[in-house]
Amino acid sequence: MASERSIEVGGHPVRVLEAGESASAPPAVFFAGIGGLPGWVPFLDHLAETRRVVVPSLPGFPGAADFRHLDALLDWIVHAVETIEALDAKPVDLVGSSVGGALAAEVAAIAGPLVRRLVLIAPFGCFDAKDPAADIWAQVPGPDSIPNLVCADPENWKRAWQVPEGEDPIERQVMHARAMEAAARLLFPFGDTGVLSRLHRVRHPTLLLRGEQDKVLPASYNARFAEALAGPVRSAEITNAGHLPELDAPEELARQINAFLADQEAP
Amino acid sequence: MKNLWFHLMPYKALPDDFREAHPSVWVDIDASLLDAERVHVHYNDYLDELEYAGEVGFDGVCCNEHHQNGYGLMPSPNLIAATLTRRTSAPAICVMGNSLALYNPPTRVAEEFAMLDCMSGGRLIAGFPVGTPMDTIFAYGQNPSKLRERYYEAHDLVMKAWQEPKTFSFDGRFNQLRYVNVWPRPVQQPHPPVWIPGGGSVETWRWCAEQDYVYSYLSYFGYKAGEATMKGFWNEMDRLGKDRNPYRAGFLQFVAVGETEQEALDLYKAPAEYFYGRCLHVNPKWASPPGYQSEATLRARVQSQVALAAQRSAAAAGGGRGGMGAARDWKDILDLGYVIAGDPDQVAERIREVCVNLNVGHLMLLCQFGNMDTELAKYNTRLYAERVLPQIRDLFDDEWQDDWWPKPLAERAAPREAVAAKAA
Repeated sequence: MASERSIEVGGHPVRVLEAGESASAPPAVFFAGIGGLPGWVPFLDHLAETRRVVVPSLPGFPGAADFRHLDALLDWIVHAVETIEALDAKPVDLVGSSVGGALAAEVAAIAGPLVRRLVLIAPFGCFDAKDPAADIWAQVPGPDSIPNLVCADPENWKRAWQVPEGEDPIERQVMHARAMEAAARLLFPFGDTGVLSRLHRVRHPTLLLRGEQDKVLPASYNARFAEALAGPVRSAEITNAGHLPELDAPEELARQINAFLADQEAP
Repeated sequence: MKNLWFHLMPYKALPDDFREAHPSVWVDIDASLLDAERVHVHYNDYLDELEYAGEVGFDGVCCNEHHQNGYGLMPSPNLIAATLTRRTSAPAICVMGNSLALYNPPTRVAEEFAMLDCMSGGRLIAGFPVGTPMDTIFAYGQNPSKLRERYYEAHDLVMKAWQEPKTFSFDGRFNQLRYVNVWPRPVQQPHPPVWIPGGGSVETWRWCAEQDYVYSYLSYFGYKAGEATMKGFWNEMDRLGKDRNPYRAGFLQFVAVGETEQEALDLYKAPAEYFYGRCLHVNPKWASPPGYQSEATLRARVQSQVALAAQRSAAAAGGGRGGMGAARDWKDILDLGYVIAGDPDQVAERIREVCVNLNVGHLMLLCQFGNMDTELAKYNTRLYAERVLPQIRDLFDDEWQDDWWPKPLAERAAPREAVAAKAA
């Protein structure tokens, strides 16, 4: 059962969900993908089978409503760095998906000693006009557009976003819209943060993943990351998964991450 | 009351199968549909129509700003307004307006509006829209999460640039200018009247009340759909302790005047169906980027959508037409009140009803719409000016004063060969 607490980052409250135990290994910190996580999801349970998992909400994502004080990319990076600094155990194994992947890569580049190993799942951060990403901010309004875009099976998204009994469904919609706006604030219009030019600073062992059926970011973007990262990189694709494998293929994603981290821990 | 003649400047040669063959009239409209030689004629006709509206007695002429848009050939309304300063002599020139966040630096708006106010001798109405998502987010690449913050900051900068007597520095969140000192300054002091075109957001109503600006509801869907919004606006003014001066408000309405009702129905069917069928064919994917609406507005919208969906399914169950979805055929366009059509007396009666009911002192009229040819546009304009206007002009004036109308110089310089003189 995950526990929940609140920390302050730059004076703004941030929800932290936690579960699992680490013996000697550092905790795995997860930065969620676009839309964020309204609560604990099965992927985190699978990840927590082998280690402590800590999930601080990113600005604007569920659990951290404040984000409009962040203007420039530097504000976001500082916030992400200070989020890791505010956790108890450092360095951490940093796992970032999608929007969270963009910020995880920045933390590794700017504040390298806070990170032991890095896992990036379809990270935002670059753009190629010849192989463009989907325009996630130009979607036909409706309950199915985002689930269809970010998941291989939209039911996986809907399950994670199901409105718990007693919660106002309108507030759920507002919560999701706020997370989408926060992503836009950081990444509009292309998702290109210029991170590729900083990845030569990332010498951490890195696992680079993506869902095989990702409709948001093309495969070539992970290849660009792989080329620009300075440390040893292992790349793989997750079958039956779209842009958010943490929702589409929780078990397989956790298995690959745990295997990678265990390999790194082996003597 | 004031009657202003509003032009959208639509492109008139969108093909018959536009809805079926093309995804959108806006943002990514197919450039191969555009014939620049035709646009040359359009601009000539449209400027003629605006000038004509001024000559036949409309109180003001309006232009607006759209980008990458097949029904609005005015990416730069200030260019249009500049020609109107020379070729009209009496009407207010209402630029409705400049989307503040799109100008870098926003002092450009302070400068150009000041130029227009000087050129026209103080006839300018300064409109400051946020701008649609199509214009601001997708055509002009503004970050949807920062658009409103930039808009409000740009507003503060422009207003200060007009009023601060000395050179000042502006250290904003988005704009840093070491030396602000716009030349020229507006003729109208302390500044031209400011009108805010907006949708139905409570924040905008409050802001207009706070700043003492005119709130203009510019919808293409007429007085029936606009009623709820205007009632919401006035309720909010009551709540804030503001008076019910109808000149606090503006409203847009399509009109179609004929000698007889039948003539109006016959003459204006095609251009109305062209407008509502082709010009409003906007890909819905452009309509609501996250962050464009405030959370409060979004919450209200989701609530009203839930209500609307319930209404719709109730109507569908009863076999009726649900909600206020955009109608495209003439009968629905008329029934839903998008266009007020009829003989001059019918139109005058309806306009009076609408203005009283919505409590609107500034009525912006679309007499040219869709692919209406210039002769018909001028006919509509003339009938309205000669036969409708005299019946409604005095409305409100016994009780209220328009504090949001331009105050032009009494003695104004005239172009070397004024149009009025030549016509005479």
